[in-house]
Amino acid sequence: MPTNAPSPTAESVGGTPSAHALTDVAASDSTLRRFLHGLPGVDAVGLEGRAASLGTRSIKTTAKAYAIDLAISMVDLTTLEGADTPGKVRALGAKAVHPDPTDRTTPATAAVCVYPDMVATAKEAVAGSTVKVASVATAFPAGRAALAVKLADVRDAVAAGADEIDMVIDRGAFLAGNYMKVYDEIVAVKEACAASARLKVIFETGELSTYDNIRRASWLGMLAGADFIKTSTGKVAVNATPANTLLMLEAVRDFRAQTGIQVGVKPAGGIRTTKDAIKFLVLVKETAGEDWLGNHWFRFGASSLLNDLLMQRQKLATGRYSGPDYVTVD
Amino acid sequence: MASAFEYAPAPESRGIVDIAPSYGLFIDGEFVEAADGKVFKTVSPSTEEVLSEVAQAGEADVDRAVKAARKAFGKWSALPGSERAKYLFRIARIIQERSRELAVLETLDNGKPIKETRDADLPLVAAHFFYYAGWADKLEHAGFGPNAKPLGVAGQVIPWNFPLLMLAWKIAPALATGNTVVLKPAETTPLSALFFADICRQAGLPKGVVNILPGYGDAGAALVAHPDVNKVAFTGSTAVGKEIARTVAGTHKKVTLELGGKGANIVFDDAPIDQAVEGIVNGIFFNQGQVCCAGSRLLVQESIQDELLDSLKRRLSTLRLGDPLDKNTDIGAINSEEQLSRITSLVEQGEAEGAERWSPACEIPTSGYWFAPTLFTNVTQAHRIARDEIFGPVLSVLTFRTPDEAVAKANNTPYGLSAGIWTEKGSRILAVAGKLRAGVVWSNTFNKFDPTSPFGGYKESGFGREGGRHGLEAYLAPSSPEGER
Repeated sequence: MPTNAPSPTAESVGGTPSAHALTDVAASDSTLRRFLHGLPGVDAVGLEGRAASLGTRSIKTTAKAYAIDLAISMVDLTTLEGADTPGKVRALGAKAVHPDPTDRTTPATAAVCVYPDMVATAKEAVAGSTVKVASVATAFPAGRAALAVKLADVRDAVAAGADEIDMVIDRGAFLAGNYMKVYDEIVAVKEACAASARLKVIFETGELSTYDNIRRASWLGMLAGADFIKTSTGKVAVNATPANTLLMLEAVRDFRAQTGIQVGVKPAGGIRTTKDAIKFLVLVKETAGEDWLGNHWFRFGASSLLNDLLMQRQKLATGRYSGPDYVTVD
Repeated sequence: MASAFEYAPAPESRGIVDIAPSYGLFIDGEFVEAADGKVFKTVSPSTEEVLSEVAQAGEADVDRAVKAARKAFGKWSALPGSERAKYLFRIARIIQERSRELAVLETLDNGKPIKETRDADLPLVAAHFFYYAGWADKLEHAGFGPNAKPLGVAGQVIPWNFPLLMLAWKIAPALATGNTVVLKPAETTPLSALFFADICRQAGLPKGVVNILPGYGDAGAALVAHPDVNKVAFTGSTAVGKEIARTVAGTHKKVTLELGGKGANIVFDDAPIDQAVEGIVNGIFFNQGQVCCAGSRLLVQESIQDELLDSLKRRLSTLRLGDPLDKNTDIGAINSEEQLSRITSLVEQGEAEGAERWSPACEIPTSGYWFAPTLFTNVTQAHRIARDEIFGPVLSVLTFRTPDEAVAKANNTPYGLSAGIWTEKGSRILAVAGKLRAGVVWSNTFNKFDPTSPFGGYKESGFGREGGRHGLEAYLAPSSPEGER
């Protein structure tokens, strides 16, 4: 059964890390640009076709039961509303620890994801459990603030006990071709996370517009030290899709092959059903491989997915569909 | 443990298809026994289970069927195009309605994965009938003269790799243009054609317009040689194609031949690597490589050879071989014992000639005919595995340094059916595609089919085109300049 126990650390995967082999890449603006533009291109039709064909895998019975529990354990249960209150965050924390009060065999989610000012509350709510607290710092979701402000945001969250920081990149700088600026910001944020928090880098793929850009952003994030690369904020029209997640899985797979460093992937936004979640797990299994099939390396950024997973889990256990009143509202 | 995410078996139910213990020949709208009472068994390649006993057509049966088709020709060809279209649309819709049943049947009889019959074969079969139904009342606008006429009786012989799809490629344009047909399916895969016969009856198609004669090569030869056949259409091996060409030479029969291939799949160093890997896999492992337009020769630019081969090997390790009725199966069974031994012997030759053989670790079922996906590296143009059509899941990898060398190697084959180009550079696609002598050139994709797109070969891959507007030409006699015929 999936657990929250951390999997092997980056250092123990694939021998000695050799990111140094790629350090020259970020030596200057032009080396970085040359490297990112030298990555193999992405054929959109082929990528989407592959994602669709993996979506036809038929997952049932034991495989489905396994996948549902795995998916539950990978959820970053998220509330990112202006109206968030301590009460709302506490409720979310309780749910993350025991997603299904009627069935204590249900695994806990991976994390709760909140704004920085809610980190302390969230920490309290999940105290004593395996559930981590993730926080969207760096002027989420637009990222339009001075670097000093973003770093203060991150330090706040880390000081309040955040185990994970979800940062947004400066899409404006990226689209303007100012890759070095984006790189430096990630490096700075990673530094601010210190050793205590893992860093998830959000690209807002819907705003990057092309698959080539998404692959470049993925490599840029990994080169700068991201522990996770994440599709989106959930705040724009196009968020996680099977195709962009498949592409990012290819990127982390290739990055590990080249450097020995394993980086996690987090699709976020728009994944609402068990069926969809399982399709993503198939992408993970058949693209990056089994090494990524644990919540240390793969997450779902979602708020409504969990209830559907719970209903499907209850259905497998009882043979009957329950309904929305048999799972908790957040 | 992560490895616990094993897919549980997901078999498609066989209950949807009702296979009778025996079938007759379909002549003049009726199922009848063979004149000499001969029968043969058809088996499921994945289990070697006998599925049914089928009447085996002989010369006398061919004669009966051609007579029935001749008799039906007058009325059928005299129907307004819009009337013939109604029958074709009806057939197309029935195929869609019964597609699940036909997909399961095809998988049982052929051994290919249900994923392919369900997602590729059957949608294309229906699409071909819909497409040619649309042409039936517009023939004067097809570009073959204002008064183009059907030829008469078409004798059609199809292979076992896409039994129902090849039937559709043959029958749909023939009926749309007003011809009547006698079709001989392959001896290892007669069942879907016999189910199609039933569909013709369900659609109320006039008797004798479609006749189906399961049988062996002798029946095919008799059909091709029959003096009252006006048009011969054949898809199959180059050896048989040559025999047919000899038979019809000097007669007034029109003929189209779709024969073998040894398609080159050219990957340039700026290719989208991940999608190229998918395209290579689709090019050679689709239908276990038993595809005449398979991309069986991979031509990879030397500078990316290692990277590409690593990716390819990793990808092959995720292919799932096994029960073709399982919805998660990627690689099914080889169609027959005979085909399996042909693949085996060619692969052994490849090894003997010094090419390096590689297959992913995969379990082979104990019964049935199976061959693991196989990759040969260190292959040169001089190797037999780079020249002969293997018609199995075997990829030969060659390298090149410049675009000119790629083109020269790709064209250096007796065949000329298909080719693929992988590059991010649009101008290179156009430049290279123009130099490749192949009937179909796919760019940044492979093995994609569409009824609107003509298909056919150069050199020993045959002549004539099927599909698209061009596909009509093979079944029409153009009106003379004076408008008479």
